[in-house]
Amino acid sequence: MADISLSGAPQSVQTIQSSYMAQVQRRRLYSGLTLLIFVILMVSGFNIADDRNAGGFWNGLHQVGDYPADVLSEAWEKRADLPALMARYFPALIETVNIAAVSTLIGAIGGLFLSLLGTRGLAKWPRLIPLFRRISDIMRAVPEIVIALVLIFVLGGGPVPAMIAIAIHTAGALAKMFSEVSENTDLKAVEGLSSTGATWLQRMLLGVLPQVAPNYVSYTLLRFEINIRASAILGFVGAGGLGYELRNAMAWGPGRFDEAAAIFILLFGTIVFFDQVSSRYRNRLTDGQTH
Amino acid sequence: MTTIELDTTKLRADRLFQRKRLVGFAIPAVILAYLTYIFFAFDLPGLAGRANMDNAVTLVSDSWSHKVHVTRDNRSGEISYAVEGERKGRYPEGARPAWVTGDEVITIDLGGDHIVRYLPENRTEIEIPNFPLIEVRAEGRSLVTNLPDDLPGWISASNRRIGITTPEGRITLTGARTEVFNYFPGWELFWFTLDSPYHGQSLSKILFGERVDPARPNISGAMSDWWNNAMWRHKDVAWAIGETILMAFLGTMGAAIIALPLGFLAAKRFSPIMLLRAATRRLFDFVRGVDALIWTVVLARAFGPGPLTGALAILITDTGTFGKIFSEALENVDQKQIEGVSSTGAKPLQRYRFGVIPQLVPVLLAQILYFLESNTRSATIIGAITGGGIGLMLTQAIQTQKDWEEVAYYIVLIIAMVMFMDWLSGWLRGKLIGRKD
Repeated sequence: MADISLSGAPQSVQTIQSSYMAQVQRRRLYSGLTLLIFVILMVSGFNIADDRNAGGFWNGLHQVGDYPADVLSEAWEKRADLPALMARYFPALIETVNIAAVSTLIGAIGGLFLSLLGTRGLAKWPRLIPLFRRISDIMRAVPEIVIALVLIFVLGGGPVPAMIAIAIHTAGALAKMFSEVSENTDLKAVEGLSSTGATWLQRMLLGVLPQVAPNYVSYTLLRFEINIRASAILGFVGAGGLGYELRNAMAWGPGRFDEAAAIFILLFGTIVFFDQVSSRYRNRLTDGQTH
Repeated sequence: MTTIELDTTKLRADRLFQRKRLVGFAIPAVILAYLTYIFFAFDLPGLAGRANMDNAVTLVSDSWSHKVHVTRDNRSGEISYAVEGERKGRYPEGARPAWVTGDEVITIDLGGDHIVRYLPENRTEIEIPNFPLIEVRAEGRSLVTNLPDDLPGWISASNRRIGITTPEGRITLTGARTEVFNYFPGWELFWFTLDSPYHGQSLSKILFGERVDPARPNISGAMSDWWNNAMWRHKDVAWAIGETILMAFLGTMGAAIIALPLGFLAAKRFSPIMLLRAATRRLFDFVRGVDALIWTVVLARAFGPGPLTGALAILITDTGTFGKIFSEALENVDQKQIEGVSSTGAKPLQRYRFGVIPQLVPVLLAQILYFLESNTRSATIIGAITGGGIGLMLTQAIQTQKDWEEVAYYIVLIIAMVMFMDWLSGWLRGKLIGRKD
């Protein structure tokens, strides 16, 4: 016995060491290869993008500052007008924020139902869980611009197409995040409620929602931040709000740069403001949960 | 417990219930009030007036069907047949659809006993069941007809232009030309245009049959004809989707590469100089706050339209987001692991490599992969603004307002692309982090 272990020990250490080294070598080789592929993809991707762009990267690089400089210098010359311009575009700003808020609200309600109907243990019709999951997958996959452009054609320009488009995407996106939370809910409360004869809606409202509300609200606020940006962008393709005004102001070109500057400032201010407010509330919500 | 204590507790409980009830009613009431305000602020009552339901009907019916135009030029008398009335969908010289017959008198059978005849001298006869035979003659710029004054809703007529819409097809007549549109389900010419020898051949014949075009092997010839299909532009569409994914890829990865070192600068634990830390954080907030829209607009001025502009816009915006996330992740790094590594006598760089990075990588990769998927959607939108990728093709197709089957095709492709990227990022996450969500 002792003899065997004595002669076996050094050998096994050696084999362990050599197999460890081989493993390390192989891992290094794999990571090296992955890195190489990644670098090749980045470089060739950059070259393709550069080729297919109207202006080249290296030619454009030193012009990056030109447009902001023009806008800023003109805005600075006419700085006395800026407050008046900002007041003029304030209704557009309200519209952009409203689009984001309504679509977040509608999307959150839709996402709530989709997630509850698509979560095991909570669903009203357990057989239809895959159906509701696919529905929310598809709603999440559709970029807002697709629905917005089609609806603009049918409904005409304005805030409604953007609102519907963002709401649909929001419902899908939130449904996924919500169902990740609701999968971890404690089912005891639901069982207790169902023993009293509560309906499905009552079980969800009284048994599930109080458990998940902080997380849901936190995700919804995060979505609201994203949707403000989305609603500004959709304005640029024809749905109303600040983005629409920005496109018009930009189409005027030099001479009206003060308008563009006013809109830039408004948009920047709004995004930063709502980011700060929402992140403060989100921190408070998640803090309250962990303690 | 005394009676007084019991009473106060009961009172407190009652008050609590009352407050809960108030909140329970107040939240839906506030939501309802807000929605009512929006109802009027967005002018939803007026929407019905502005909405164009005809557009919706065209959109839906055109997205899954196509029409073949039979056009007579009333000046030259020449008759042309073309899918969607486009030059690239025109039937070759001497060929025409099977539902058109006759030489002197061209008879167009729309089906369901709807028959249109192109007679000599720019005369047209239209036979519609349960309606008297319509005769129209073009004289110069005006039309002479036997139509009664009292017309049904599906006929619109003036002495310059007559439009007849039937369930089987549409007929428009003007002085200059007479046109019949015959509708068919399906996306016509999706595989091959009419000038390709492979049009109308069965799949098995192309795969296993004799050479259709003697100059080329069947499979490569068919592939190249499909790839260069002028009607559906498969090559351009593939490039556009490639561009969109490229924008997302370059933007996300570039942002991650730039944000990682900056994240160290912004994290309290790794960057002792307060001023530098604050400056980096403000930089993150700034580029994030300016938003992809403004970056796109600004960068498009310098770099022109194209995928590079979109990639850079995504890169700059996401550098801010990633920087914020990375620096937060760095602050939350577990000190014990770093201490363990430094107890073996590791130098600072080794401490980072073996103490910090392994903790950080899963968080970073998860975020990067999530953004890769979400940026594919952003790249579609940015492409529509800056002019690149599938977003541009979609906007163009919608703006021309006639190729709705192409719009439907692009929409399907975009959704498939986003779902593919979603799947890919989930798969990579599973492979790299070893945890499936």
